[in-house]
Amino acid sequence: MLKITDLVKRYGDGDPVLKNLDLTIAGESVVSIIGSSGAGKSTLLRCINRLVEPTSGSIELNGTELTRLRGRQLRAARRKIGMVFQGFNLVDRLTVMENVQSGRLGYISTWAAIMRRYPKADVRRAFELMERVGIAQYADTRADQLSGGERQRVGVVRALMQDPEILLADEPTASLDPKTSEQIMGLLRDLAGELKLPVLINIHNVTEAKEYTDRIVGMRYGRIIFDDAPARLDRDAMDRIYSGSPHADRSEGLRAAS
Amino acid sequence: MREVPDTWRKPPFIANPAVRWAAGLGAAAYFLWVGLTMPVDWDRVADGLGRAGRIFGGAFPPSFERSELLIDGFLESLKIAVLATAGGVALSIPIAFMAARNVAPLPIFYLGRAIIVLARSFHPVIVAIVFVKAVGFGPFAGVLTLVVYSIGFVAKMLAERIEEIDFGQVEAMRAAGAPFLPTMFYAIVPQIMPRQIGLAIYQLDSNLRASAVVGIVGAGGIGATLANAFGRYDYDFALAITIVIVGAILVSEGVSGQIRKRLA
Repeated sequence: MLKITDLVKRYGDGDPVLKNLDLTIAGESVVSIIGSSGAGKSTLLRCINRLVEPTSGSIELNGTELTRLRGRQLRAARRKIGMVFQGFNLVDRLTVMENVQSGRLGYISTWAAIMRRYPKADVRRAFELMERVGIAQYADTRADQLSGGERQRVGVVRALMQDPEILLADEPTASLDPKTSEQIMGLLRDLAGELKLPVLINIHNVTEAKEYTDRIVGMRYGRIIFDDAPARLDRDAMDRIYSGSPHADRSEGLRAAS
Repeated sequence: MREVPDTWRKPPFIANPAVRWAAGLGAAAYFLWVGLTMPVDWDRVADGLGRAGRIFGGAFPPSFERSELLIDGFLESLKIAVLATAGGVALSIPIAFMAARNVAPLPIFYLGRAIIVLARSFHPVIVAIVFVKAVGFGPFAGVLTLVVYSIGFVAKMLAERIEEIDFGQVEAMRAAGAPFLPTMFYAIVPQIMPRQIGLAIYQLDSNLRASAVVGIVGAGGIGATLANAFGRYDYDFALAITIVIVGAILVSEGVSGQIRKRLA
C-alpha cells in the first residue's frame, strides 16, 4: 500500500508545485493521474522514488517511510519501485538483455554488473518476461534498433526485473502512435493483474485512462480535485481538471496569497 | 495603407555608433602602432639570410648515413608517444568524470577543472623543461610531459562529452536503485565510448608530433637526435631527420583519420 500524506514540493522560493497532497493506493489497482501540463503529475511520481526531493510530508510504501531515506537504504527502497519513462530511457548502445538486466543493478555486485555475469535466475526471469511481452527474439539486439513500442516493452521488462512492489509510469505512451499506445496500456493493465502489482500511470490521453485503469485521479495546480472511478469522470469534472491554464492558476494563487 | 519599406539593413553588432567607431578605430590604431614600433634590425636580417642560405646549402643532399641513430631516435619517440597516450588517457577518464558538472559534486568538480586548467596552461615545451630538470635528460621526462599534455586535452574533451549525455539513462539506473559505479558503467560509459576511442587515437597522433618537439629541450626521442645534429652543424643529417618526422606524421595522420572516420 502506498500512502502519501500532506506532501509538499516547492522548487526554490516559488509557489509549491504540490500542495498538501494526500493519496492512498491500496491493493493491486491500476490508477491513472490526469491533468494539464504543469499540474504536478510528474513531480508527484518522481517524489515517490525520490528522483525529486519532496519538501515536506510523508510517503509510505508498505510500511517504509520513503522521504527520509538516504544512501544504501534509499537504493534498497528504490529497488522495490519500478519506473517506466516517457522517453523510454534505455541505454541505446547496449543490447536488450543488458538493458533488461540493468533493472537488477540494485541487487547484483558491481563486479558482476560490469562483467555482465548475471545470475542464472535473473537471466531466466528476463527471458520469461521478454517472452511475455513479445521481445525475447531481440535479446542480443542493440536497443536503438527497436521500434518505439518494442523499446517501451524493454522499459517495462526492465522495471519488472526489479521485482517491484509498485510500478510508476510517467506518460509511458506519450511518445508512441495511438495503436502502439493502446497495446502498452493493455500490457500494463494485464501485467498488473498477473503480478498483483499496483500501477500508477501519468497520462494525457483521457480515453485511454478511462478504458485501461480502475481509478482516475485528476490533478490541477498541485492539488487533487478528482478521485473516483472512471465512469464518474463526467463533462463537469473534465472541465474542472482541464479548464484554465497553469499560468492563470499561478497568478490566481499569487492573488490569493497577497 | 502604411508605406512598406523596401530597404533593410542588418542591425550592427555594436548598437551604439560612437562605441562602434571608437572600437574599430582603436583596434586599427593599435595594430598600426604595434607594426611601426616592432624593432627590426634590417642589417641583422640581411646577415641572417646569408647564414640561412649556408644552412640550407649544407643540408642538401640529406644524409641518411647514420640511419641507425635515426631509427633508434624514432623508435624512442614512438615508445614515448605510446606510453604517454596510455598513461594520459587512463588518467584522463577519472579526471573527466570529476570535471563533469552533471555527475560530480561541486567541490570535486572544481578540483577536476583545476587539474585540467593546470595541465592546459603550459605549452609542452615548458612542461618538458621542468620535467627534464626534475627527472633528468631522456625519454622519461618526455613521457611525463606528454602525459600532462594528454590530460589537458583528453580530459577536457571527455568531460564536455559527459556533460552532453542523455541524463534520462542515468535517471533510469538511479530509479532502479543502482549504486554509483554500476550506474556509471551502464548509463554513462556506453554513451561516451565512441568519443573516448576517437580521442585516444587522436592523442596518439598528437603525442607523436609533440614528442619530436619536446625532444629538442632534452626529453628524449627523435627531437633529441635532431637537436644534436643541429648542434654539430650536421645539417644534412638534420634534414634527413626532418623528412622522417614529416613522413611519420603523414602516415599517422592518415591512419588515425581512417579509424576515426569508421568510428563516427
